[in-house]
Amino acid sequence: MNKRELMDVYYRMKLVRSFETRVAEEYAKGRIGGFCHLYSGEEAVAVGTLWHLRPEDYVIGSYRDHAYYLLRGGDPGKAMAELFGHGDGCCKGKGGSMHLFDASTNFLGGYAIVGGMCPLAVGLGLSIKYRNEDRIVLCFFGDGATNQGVYHEALNMASLYELPVVWVCENNYYAIGTSVARSSAVESLARKAKAYGMPTSTVDGMDFLKMQSVAKRAIAHARSGNGPAFVEAKCYRYRGHSMSDPGTYRSKEEIEHWKQRDPIPRIKAVIQHDFEAAEEEFEELDRKVRLALDEAVALAEAGAELPRQRLYEDLYVE
Amino acid sequence: MAVITYREALNQALFEEMRRDASVIVCGEDVALYEGSYKVTKGLLKEFGERRVIDTPVSEAAIVGMATGAAMGGLRPVAELMTVNFAYLALDQICNHLALMRYMFGGQVRLPVTIRMPGGGGHQLGSQHSHSLEVLLVHTPGLKVVFASTPANAKALLKAAIRDDNPVIFLEHEGLYNTLGEVPDNLEPGTIGKAEVVREGIDVTIVAYGAMRYVALEAAQRLAGQGIEAEVLDLLTLRPWDKETVTDSVARTHHAVIVAESPPVCGMGAEVAANIYEIVYDELDAPVERVSGADVPLPYARELEQACIPHADDVVRAAHRALGGRSTTGPPDAGGH
Repeated sequence: MNKRELMDVYYRMKLVRSFETRVAEEYAKGRIGGFCHLYSGEEAVAVGTLWHLRPEDYVIGSYRDHAYYLLRGGDPGKAMAELFGHGDGCCKGKGGSMHLFDASTNFLGGYAIVGGMCPLAVGLGLSIKYRNEDRIVLCFFGDGATNQGVYHEALNMASLYELPVVWVCENNYYAIGTSVARSSAVESLARKAKAYGMPTSTVDGMDFLKMQSVAKRAIAHARSGNGPAFVEAKCYRYRGHSMSDPGTYRSKEEIEHWKQRDPIPRIKAVIQHDFEAAEEEFEELDRKVRLALDEAVALAEAGAELPRQRLYEDLYVE
Repeated sequence: MAVITYREALNQALFEEMRRDASVIVCGEDVALYEGSYKVTKGLLKEFGERRVIDTPVSEAAIVGMATGAAMGGLRPVAELMTVNFAYLALDQICNHLALMRYMFGGQVRLPVTIRMPGGGGHQLGSQHSHSLEVLLVHTPGLKVVFASTPANAKALLKAAIRDDNPVIFLEHEGLYNTLGEVPDNLEPGTIGKAEVVREGIDVTIVAYGAMRYVALEAAQRLAGQGIEAEVLDLLTLRPWDKETVTDSVARTHHAVIVAESPPVCGMGAEVAANIYEIVYDELDAPVERVSGADVPLPYARELEQACIPHADDVVRAAHRALGGRSTTGPPDAGGH
């Protein structure tokens, strides 16, 4: 990868990290309500997997979805407005943090039911194969999903029908407060998936370069028409499960260990090592991110919720 | 015009819609090679092939989820759940995904999914195989729920359901598959949301749906022999059900009996009765009568099971109660339904 590309990687990860940090601030001010799940720490997973996607590919994932929305090219203003519950939000304020959606970028939603999106990915894959389309489905979920019944149904069906799906398991080691060790009889989530007959890989999800390399192979496999592929990305969320979670189940030492592997300083170090890159160049990108976020919050602040008379809109197609 | 079975009518609807629209696909357990456990999908695999008629594993939740995802991707799936009893396994996908995604995502998706499933009791299939769980689905905003009762309305409504751009739960009754009826040639799709006045009458309105249409008609015949003319309505659509036709009828007859096969608590009887009270209270000469199934899981034993399902006598007694005991067949029984 060249310098321009890697600087773009830095920008993307910084955008996600800063967006999440800003969301936490707005949440604390009471402008964002309900459940809010932040992606801080996991940036390399989303940036690395989405790096090899085309605009026509479908992306579907869990409630920790701000990153997917942004990285597919969604307008940060419409995301922030959605989090504020406003009518100019991407889902008109009807969805909220867990249910961002952007049809124009083929980001087909964040879903709150753990594993519940997996059969949707099967259906999307089926439609692609049926219509002979040149696209794939990327389906994100966490470690917790690998114990949900419908997850197993979905993995089986995608393999059975040889569908163009890439299953991306963001293994951040915890389903809220329950670790993988305490919930999964087999701790290698890739090994569990292998039982459904597809190529699997396990990768350091805190390392963008490794992440994109593994994702590239998996995506190429799905594009080849030979069925699904599975990627287990070992990563870590720096914050609690959600804004309501104090995270007392993780030790300070553990968190510190993973903070040493922060993907953002890591990629910065790579760029500085492999290319000539002045501090000012990174600061320029940081400014760009701040500007984008200030604009996003300004847009959200200027908006308002849909009036009550519009409550029944979008329930049925007339 | 042809006289065909309810099963054949559904089969014809599927053939016609699949020929008309290449985006219609069928999926479910044993729908292709086995031709359907109730043979509703007979012949489809042969004409349309594996690409369009898909046998699935035993994975109800994923069957519904796959249909939903396929609809997102531009197809028009008709998924079959072998019976309503297995719908419980798929309720998260039906009620917590399919029903609400369009609304939740601000109108950015259109989900033209039809989920077909037969239900009902009376064949000693045991409690896990004898549910009438329509109410769970009727309760859910975002769904449409249809319950066909004759070959003609089965064909017309299945065509309508498939063409509808919204999620439609298409309920069938296992006991009706062999029912014969006239079906016109070149049948147009029916209107979802419209009830049928099956029999006109002046003395009491009997509201029914599904297999209870026939129970209501039999009761109406017996009542006619007693000089009581019952108006029989078949809801056909349970969500959104046709309040106008029902309340117009009650406004004319001033008495209402609602008969539903499901257990009584929070059943369609409760829903329809509440609305009758709200909309045409002043027209009522008596409380609304509900006839429903027994409030137990259906037992296997033949006679016990039959005691759980409404029969014509139950409806006749309920009509007499509504009409203030003008019965020539003896006193009303103590047990309500």
